[in-house]
Amino acid sequence: MLLKLVLRNSFRHRLRSLLTVAGMGVAVLAFALLRTVVSAWYAGVEASSANRLVTRNSISLVFPLPLSYRDKIRQIDGVKKVSYGNWFGGYYIDRKNFFANFAVEPESYLSLYPEYLLPDSQRTAFYRDRKSCVAGRKLARRFGWKIGDTITLTGTIFPGNWDFVLRGIYRGRDDTIDENQFFLHWDYINETLKKTVPRRADQVGFYVVGIAAPELAAKTAEAIDRAFKNSRAETLTETEKAFQLSFVSMSEAILTAIRLVSFVVIVIILVVVANTMVMSVRERAGEYAVFKTLGFGSFYLAALILGESLLIAGLGGAAGIVLTFPAAKAFAAAVGNWFPVFKVEALTVYLAVAAALVVGIVAAVVPIWRVVSVRVVEGLGRIE
Amino acid sequence: MNKKNSSLVQIRNLYKSYRRGNQIIPVLDNIGLDIKEAEFLALMGPSGSGKSTLLNLIAGLDQVDRGTIKIGRVEITSLSETELAEWRASNVGFIFQFYNLIPVLTALENVELPLLLTGLSRKERRRHAALALELVSLQDRMDHHPRQLSGGQQQRVAIARAVVTDPTILVADEPTGDLDRTSAEEVLQLMERLSVDLGKTVIMVTHDPRAAKKARTMRYLDKGVLTDAPEISFTEFL
Repeated sequence: MLLKLVLRNSFRHRLRSLLTVAGMGVAVLAFALLRTVVSAWYAGVEASSANRLVTRNSISLVFPLPLSYRDKIRQIDGVKKVSYGNWFGGYYIDRKNFFANFAVEPESYLSLYPEYLLPDSQRTAFYRDRKSCVAGRKLARRFGWKIGDTITLTGTIFPGNWDFVLRGIYRGRDDTIDENQFFLHWDYINETLKKTVPRRADQVGFYVVGIAAPELAAKTAEAIDRAFKNSRAETLTETEKAFQLSFVSMSEAILTAIRLVSFVVIVIILVVVANTMVMSVRERAGEYAVFKTLGFGSFYLAALILGESLLIAGLGGAAGIVLTFPAAKAFAAAVGNWFPVFKVEALTVYLAVAAALVVGIVAAVVPIWRVVSVRVVEGLGRIE
Repeated sequence: MNKKNSSLVQIRNLYKSYRRGNQIIPVLDNIGLDIKEAEFLALMGPSGSGKSTLLNLIAGLDQVDRGTIKIGRVEITSLSETELAEWRASNVGFIFQFYNLIPVLTALENVELPLLLTGLSRKERRRHAALALELVSLQDRMDHHPRQLSGGQQQRVAIARAVVTDPTILVADEPTGDLDRTSAEEVLQLMERLSVDLGKTVIMVTHDPRAAKKARTMRYLDKGVLTDAPEISFTEFL
C-alpha cells in the first residue's frame, strides 16, 4: 500500500507534477545531447588504433616531409608498414560542402585501416585507376554519388579543378567509424605537381606507421624521430590517438564549457524538483503528522517522500533518455557535416540515469529532514 | 480486581510549558489524574486551558517537563521518541476534529493504514479493516474516498481506523467539533458503545456540553489546573 500511496501522492497536483516531469525530461535530454556533442568531438580519438603512429613535421602539420623518409622509416625496428598522404582540402561545387579529403597511397593506406570496409572489386578498381577515388557511405549518400560518377573537387591547397572517378564506397566496421571521408591517389596529385609546381612535388603531409604491437609505440616513435634529428625536416611521431587529441585540444575550452553547461542543466532541474518536493511535502505536513501519530517512524516517512521524488525524477529521466535517441538522430542530420560520428554512447545513457537518480535523491533530502524533525504536535497544529 | 475500578492511566505531578520566543508559557500545572479502565472521560475547559496538551501527553505525542504518566504498566514519560511511536501504534487510537483521513486512500485503505505496522498479511489486514468499517456501519462505503463521504461518515471511518488495531485507549480531540447535530450524535453513540461494549478507555476533549454529557466522567481544566467542576452546568455552554 505504501507504493500505491507513493504513486497517488506523486500525481495529486497533476499539472505541477507533469510540468516537473517534463522539465526533468528536457533537462536530461539536454544533458545527454550535450554529452553526445562532446563524445562526437572525441570520435576520431576513440576510433584511433593503438597500432598506428602518425609522423609529421615537428614544426607544424602545415610543413611537409620529404617522400624519401618513407624508406628510412620502414627500416626502423617495430615498424610493419608505412603509408603517407596529404590533406587535399578540396570542396565539392561550393565551399560550404565541407568534408575531409585526403590524397593517400591507396594500397598501404587501406591496409593500415582495416576498419574501412570496401568490396574487393571496388578496392582493385581504386588501386588500378590513378584518377579514381573512394568515398564513405554517408558522404556518397549526402551528394547522391554512385560508382562510376565523376566528381570534381576544387582544390584550395592544390589549386584547380580535379576530376575523380568514384570507384568505391566504403562503410565503417562499426558505427564509430567516420563514413564521411574521401580518399584519392597521392600519385595523381604528385604527378601533376611535378609538371605545374615542381618544388612542391615528392612531399607528404604525414606518414601513417603501422607497428607490430601497441607496447612498441613509445620506443618506435622515439626511434623514428631520432632518425631524422638535425635533418632539414625534423619529425614528430606520436600515437594516432595523441595525434587526434592534439586537434581536439584546440577546442578544449569549448568542450569544457559544454561539459559544464550539461552539469549546470542538471543542477537547475535539481532545484526545480526539490522545489516541487518541498511544496508537496509542506502541503501535506498534517498528513505526515497523522502518520507519525499512528506510529509510523522516520523510515516510512522518508521512504514515502524519497519514493515520490524518485518517481518524478525517474519518469522525467526516462522520458529524456528515450527522447535523446530521435533528437540525436535529428541533430546528426542537421549538423552531420561537422560531426561525422554522432552517436549516443552507453556511458551517456548511464550518466543520464545516474543524474536522474541523484536529482531524485537529493531533491528529497530537505523535505525528509523537515518532516522527520518536526514534532508530531506541531505537525498536527494542535498545541493549545 | 473489577476491570472498571482499576486505574489504567495514572498521572502524577505533571507540568508542561511552551516557549514562545523568550517567554515560557506554563500550560499544565501540577496535574494529577487517574482514569479507570473502560472509562469514558470528557475533558472540558476554555480555549488555551491545556486540554489538548494534556490529551497529547496522555497519548504519547508530546514530552512532559516534569511528572509521570503511567498507562497500564508502562511509564510513557520515560520512553524515547521511537519507543513512544511503537507504543502508540499498538495502544492508542486517535480521533481528530477534522478526521485527518488520507485523501488519496479509500475508506478501507485509510482503516488499513495502522495495520501496516503489524505483522499481518495483506489479506488479514483487509479483513480487519473491513470488520472495523462494519463496526461503524460503513461496510458499503469501503471503496469511497474521503471526499465522497459526508463529515459524519468520515469521522466514522476515522473511528474505524482508531479501533482497528484494538488499542487500549482512544483519544478524541473535539470529535464532534466539525459535525452537524445528527452526525455528532451518531459519533458520540459510537464512542459510547466502544467504551461500554468493547471496554475501551475513551478520553475526549470537547467544548460541547452535549458531547461531554455522553461521557461518564467529566473533568474541567482551567489555566492548566484540573478540577472536578461538579458545579458546571451544561446549560452554561449552550
